[in-house]
Amino acid sequence: MTDKVEKPKLTRMEFLSLTMGRLAVSALGAVGMLGWLRRRKKNTVWQIDPMTCVSCGQCATHCVVSPSAVKCVQSYPICGYCRLCFGYFTPNAPELTSAAENQLCPTGAIERLFVEDPYWEYNIIEDACVGCAKCVEACEVFGNASFYLQVRHDVCVNCNDCSIARHCPSDSFSQVPADEPYILKHDQELLA
Amino acid sequence: MGKRLRAAGSVAARLALRWSGTLCVLVALGSVALAQDVMRFPKPEFITGYDFPRTTEPAPTTTLQQWIDVLVLFLCLSLASYLAVKKRSRKGIFALMMFSLAYFGFYKQGCVCPIGSIQNVAFSLFNETYAVPLTTLIFFMMPLIFAAVFGRVFCSSVCALGAIQDAVLLFPVNVPKRINHLLGVIPYAYLGAGVLLASTGTGFIICRYDPFIGFFRMNGNAPYLLLGAGFLLVGVFIGRPYCRYLCPYGILLGWMSRFSKWHLSITPTKCVQCRLCEDSCPFDHIDMPNEGLDREERETGVRRLGHILLVLPLLVGIGGWIGNQLAPPLASFDHTVLVAERVLAEQQDPTLEQNIYSEAFGQEGRSQEELIAAADLVRERLAFGGWILGGFLGLVVAFKLMKMSMVRNQRDYEVNKPTCYSCARCCPTCPSDELHMPNFVALGDLQPVHQLDRVEVPKQEPAEVSAKS
Repeated sequence: MTDKVEKPKLTRMEFLSLTMGRLAVSALGAVGMLGWLRRRKKNTVWQIDPMTCVSCGQCATHCVVSPSAVKCVQSYPICGYCRLCFGYFTPNAPELTSAAENQLCPTGAIERLFVEDPYWEYNIIEDACVGCAKCVEACEVFGNASFYLQVRHDVCVNCNDCSIARHCPSDSFSQVPADEPYILKHDQELLA
Repeated sequence: MGKRLRAAGSVAARLALRWSGTLCVLVALGSVALAQDVMRFPKPEFITGYDFPRTTEPAPTTTLQQWIDVLVLFLCLSLASYLAVKKRSRKGIFALMMFSLAYFGFYKQGCVCPIGSIQNVAFSLFNETYAVPLTTLIFFMMPLIFAAVFGRVFCSSVCALGAIQDAVLLFPVNVPKRINHLLGVIPYAYLGAGVLLASTGTGFIICRYDPFIGFFRMNGNAPYLLLGAGFLLVGVFIGRPYCRYLCPYGILLGWMSRFSKWHLSITPTKCVQCRLCEDSCPFDHIDMPNEGLDREERETGVRRLGHILLVLPLLVGIGGWIGNQLAPPLASFDHTVLVAERVLAEQQDPTLEQNIYSEAFGQEGRSQEELIAAADLVRERLAFGGWILGGFLGLVVAFKLMKMSMVRNQRDYEVNKPTCYSCARCCPTCPSDELHMPNFVALGDLQPVHQLDRVEVPKQEPAEVSAKS
């Protein structure tokens, strides 16, 4: 019943092509295996260590997203709630009001709200903040350093090769686990 | 902590000049306070029952989202394979292409993409400190696996970069074969340089110089946006310029696709050399029949092949040497090398002012010897890698020469498997296609090609073959 089907003979080119194909696929398999062995267990995101940041201002100019994914954040429990905020007012501000000529922030991204005498609350308007670190620098030198830079992950596209990290003079950028994506100066849990 | 204090100190000195004299006292006090790591201004004691607001922490992309992307990629590749190989539907491919452009392009903003993932894989293979995320590894592997089975269906309708170029291709013109061959070396160089720079940790150039990412993000630096606009403008006339003359991933896909078993074919049945498909491929990826054409003597061809084989080691050697010579400019991409060069330059020329890099290095507390040693290591690795990259390119050129001097017997109109994007433009032009089948009912016995025995077609009179071949 069973007629023996004769296997078609391979021509030389077919044989070569078959062998090369198998070689290519095995090479791909080898790369895949090596990659699998060295795979990362946890995903990571880029973040700035505020303790080593020197507020050089390059975050504003080197991010692939514009305005930069790096923004100033405010650690409220550290803030002095000063009436004369060095991060808010430009040096020798004519008067302590929110008029544009008094503000240090080039984009007016800090909101100044009265809480009670003599305390004022300062909030960052993230849509306006460009991460230039002018307020960070001043707050660190003259104030409590409650303003500092962080990569905001709603804006950051988590590039393979963070463009700012390449240019960061103090090497403050690192890839941190995605489940703890911020390096804040205060403990959020203590607020609750 | 120490670094920050030093940094703050120097900044203080700079800023203090700007502030009025009354503040100087405060600065002095502040410095003391900071040295003890105490808040300069005490925590306010609110009497109105004010609560400290929470600092917001917007969440990054979740792992779940990344796995959804992997799933979408798999579904798109499967659908593309089905549409290209089985349905042969240009309309279907086009629709899927538009979806991919929307999803992988504008929604995912061009990240994560298999083209860039080459670098992640290369970086992780050569660096102990970096491990590739599993989803990225899958993004790298999956289109290659599909290419090994179904051809480059990824290019046809899943790749966002391909899609945006394919969508603007309105007035295709042909590029001369020679120019095609010449420019065809660039992707190999780009692939080699990308892998070299990634594996030495110098940089991810493939991502950095992605011309379309600015469009996908609707945001970006003017030079890149202009570059992208230029590519799209050229792409209106010359089909997929990035894919053909730059894309490094296309090389890998081509290596896989060359041996694919189920590849899109121009005709679903049997080629009758009707020449209707001849001009359908805007990328010049159709192999034309060459039977009956005037050929050179076999001996001439063999002798030329022998010459190329003799020159091959020389080409590899010269390429390697050039690669090695190119290592210093490549090293200037590296941050460590840049800082080391700056620090040395400042030392030799005291009039040079510190820039932020040398200043930050001074605050870092690393010794200059360490920095120079680190820079030298990068240079050494690049010099060695330069030999390999250059040698590889020499080999590529030699193979290109060989391919150009060899003529294969080609009986039918067939897609060129390694380069064909499976875009299915040629399918509807074939009279045997389902679209036209009803017109051929009278012929009756057209069968799928795999059911036909290999019959020797009697040699025809030298057919008039188009000027293109």
